[in-house]
Amino acid sequence: MHRSLVSLMLAGSVLAACATPTSAPKAYPDDPRSGLTSGLTDAGIAAWNMKRIQALPSPPGFYDPEAVWRRPGAGGSFSPILFANTDMAFQGDRVLMGSFHGFNVFEKESDGQLDHVLSIVCPGGQGDVSIHGDLVFMSTEQNRGRLDCGGSGIEDKVSADRFRGVRIFDLSNMDAPRQIAAIQTCRGSHTHTLVPHPNDDNILYVYNQGTSGIRPGEELPGCQGGDDNETALYSIDIIEVPLDRPQDAKIINRPRIFADRVTGEINGLWKGGTLSEGAQKTSATNHCHDIAVYPELNLAAGACSGNGILLDITSPASPFRISELSDPNMAYWHSAVFNNDGTKVVYADEWGGGLSPRCQVDDPRKWGANVITDITEDGLKVRSHYKIPTVQSENQNCVSHNGNLIPVPGRDIKVQGWYQGGISVIDFTDSANPMEIAYFDQGPIDDGRMVLAGYWSAYWYNGHIYGSEIVRGLDVFALTPSEHLSANEIAAAQQMQVNVSNPQTQVSFKWPAHPSVARAYLDQIKRAETIDEELERRIDRHLQDWERGRPRADEFAKLADDLRQQAMEAAEDTERLNALADQISGARPGK
Amino acid sequence: MTILHRFMFFEVTGKYLRIRMNASNITFSKEDTILRRLFLLLTFFPHVLSAANAQSAPIFQPGAPGSAPTELSADDSVALSTSVHTPEDTRFMQDMILHHGQAVEMVALIDERTRYAPVVLTGERITSAQSFEIEMMRGWLRARNESLDSPLLAPHDHGMGHKKKHDMHMEEMAHDPDDHPLMHGMLSANQMKALAASNGRQFDLLFLKGMIQHHQGALDMVDMLMADERNGQDPELSEFLSAVVADQSAEILRMQHLIKTYPATAKDER
Repeated sequence: MHRSLVSLMLAGSVLAACATPTSAPKAYPDDPRSGLTSGLTDAGIAAWNMKRIQALPSPPGFYDPEAVWRRPGAGGSFSPILFANTDMAFQGDRVLMGSFHGFNVFEKESDGQLDHVLSIVCPGGQGDVSIHGDLVFMSTEQNRGRLDCGGSGIEDKVSADRFRGVRIFDLSNMDAPRQIAAIQTCRGSHTHTLVPHPNDDNILYVYNQGTSGIRPGEELPGCQGGDDNETALYSIDIIEVPLDRPQDAKIINRPRIFADRVTGEINGLWKGGTLSEGAQKTSATNHCHDIAVYPELNLAAGACSGNGILLDITSPASPFRISELSDPNMAYWHSAVFNNDGTKVVYADEWGGGLSPRCQVDDPRKWGANVITDITEDGLKVRSHYKIPTVQSENQNCVSHNGNLIPVPGRDIKVQGWYQGGISVIDFTDSANPMEIAYFDQGPIDDGRMVLAGYWSAYWYNGHIYGSEIVRGLDVFALTPSEHLSANEIAAAQQMQVNVSNPQTQVSFKWPAHPSVARAYLDQIKRAETIDEELERRIDRHLQDWERGRPRADEFAKLADDLRQQAMEAAEDTERLNALADQISGARPGK
Repeated sequence: MTILHRFMFFEVTGKYLRIRMNASNITFSKEDTILRRLFLLLTFFPHVLSAANAQSAPIFQPGAPGSAPTELSADDSVALSTSVHTPEDTRFMQDMILHHGQAVEMVALIDERTRYAPVVLTGERITSAQSFEIEMMRGWLRARNESLDSPLLAPHDHGMGHKKKHDMHMEEMAHDPDDHPLMHGMLSANQMKALAASNGRQFDLLFLKGMIQHHQGALDMVDMLMADERNGQDPELSEFLSAVVADQSAEILRMQHLIKTYPATAKDER
């Protein structure tokens, strides 16, 4: 009975209905993630150096028993994907999780556990969310999207009720949340990125990335395709939001960020169309899927279909391209993350759009992977590719997806969702040799059929990792110490607290002077064996004094000087030695 | 309620409870309908329990900009998740299955005809992507009780090319019907024959150009479908269309690049 129940529950998925069971997947050597048992809530789990500490199921109203119970072919308008959980944003004790059906708000209670506190229903996908003060921004992409957040779709070919673009909600009154603005765009909104104004606190920019079809000009004036100067292709939308009157938000620019620098031709990247046969309609890079901005460095990294690009956003309303990259291994440039120093960019390749099982034994290791690049004087340079070192089954959609940095001082570490490939944490401090240091994975939803599921995003926020699982809900994780990441390094990452996090809007980490941060550096220096044991012991004694709240100013000043001297003499690890010296200099009495 | 609570407890432990249920053959009297429903609900949707225990969070539908929000029940919310598909959506999926099928057939020719690694790899990528997508499209159609077969395959409908022949009798009569593809963007029977008859450098270039034509046809099919915004409202279809456009347009670029950079002097051991 158990078997048939589960089959029934899963039968609702479109993806589920098709694949015939084949032989069990070949296991990746010694990888516990391969071949996990299936289940909706009780799938097998493999975890390494991280553990799940809370699992919040998809909230009521965002989970459809009818949809998951209905047999394929039984008719009815259903789709489990209608409730897919998607991207996240964070503010204070709040976690926002987007959905194809709207978004949900969770809050950390006094016991440290998250509770679900609010649902907003507003169907239309994909529900990419950002937060700024009381304002929540949400992307709506699909043709069924309605201005009034209704669920009935649109019957007319051209309709003023259709909404595709960026919505703004006001959560200042949690008992009566309102939609206060809805900015229509030609290609909808697949993802968006908040960009602060350099000096005007009243202005917020939103970069909108529309990737789907261009709506007719009759529905939204100014929307047309083609390659001429009026086309809605080859650009992003820049929305200006006056924060004192957010209802007046509007598109102020559609910059031609793919233009040829010399000729000004707007389709200047991966032009295509050089062949007459069958290529009369150019397939040039004509949109960005996602953009990560790093305002402090005036940089943005665009993951733009056929290219990875780097933009100068000194003037955020008129960004321009400073570098571009193509790579034969990349099917689709999907998302980007800078390292904290802004010297590297990790781009993700969403080969198969996230719907496909792209981590099978025969899938090449460089496809559907991350490409790790350095930002050099000559622009972006590819250093390596990274894909989770596992084999997942044909029942698990799996490809590189959304993530952000874990603020371990002295190292570049990224956590990332891989759909049903689970969550993976990598160290890419050496951009040519990325290394996995932690993971969490669950088995497929069902055997013998594919049900779209897995971690859409995995983000670090103020001490924990949050994973938005498409079907199963919101998961919270803690890192556990290992040879690859010490307890001190984890504690140091937890010292880096922020008030808000929209992962694609990067803000540099500035760690406070704190013994755990100093110890993190010390652990790294020990790991690299750059200093002798006597100096190690001396540092350790000083840090113990600090931990007791009694750092002695003169001794600490001397130690900091000695470390800086060592840094000047050492061939390697100079940055860490100097960073440790800065920590020692910053030590103050008291706990 | 004591008994119920115990079952709730077991339920949250997952698999164990289900096994227990099977073994214990629990029954409720007909008078216990409410209890039974609650039991079933909690058994199969344990998360309802946590939501019920905790204070249930409000669900709001905001309404158009400026409007007051409406509070919804969970059932109301679920009811808003209906999606529709049009006959054009169905036809698109039926046709795209055929279209993808030809790409897989083209790749199957690679094996004996070329060893040029970039072409071999391109073929592998196409096959793995499109074979899976064919299954996905079949699943989409099955789940909606739609036929898997394109009307193009029906005896009375031989596709655009043949229709044209009837309509434009005089001009088309001179043409070989095998010059007409089954649908826009597909290779004609003669093109497939030429591809199968080639090898080495000639095959590589015919394959790449043919596949570019083929992929471009898929992009055109998406454009034609989406020209009417009543189509593509089904969210799974919408996601699929995005994936097709993303993958195939990028693949066209890579294949164009392969043609441009194709070695001038072809060697057999390539």
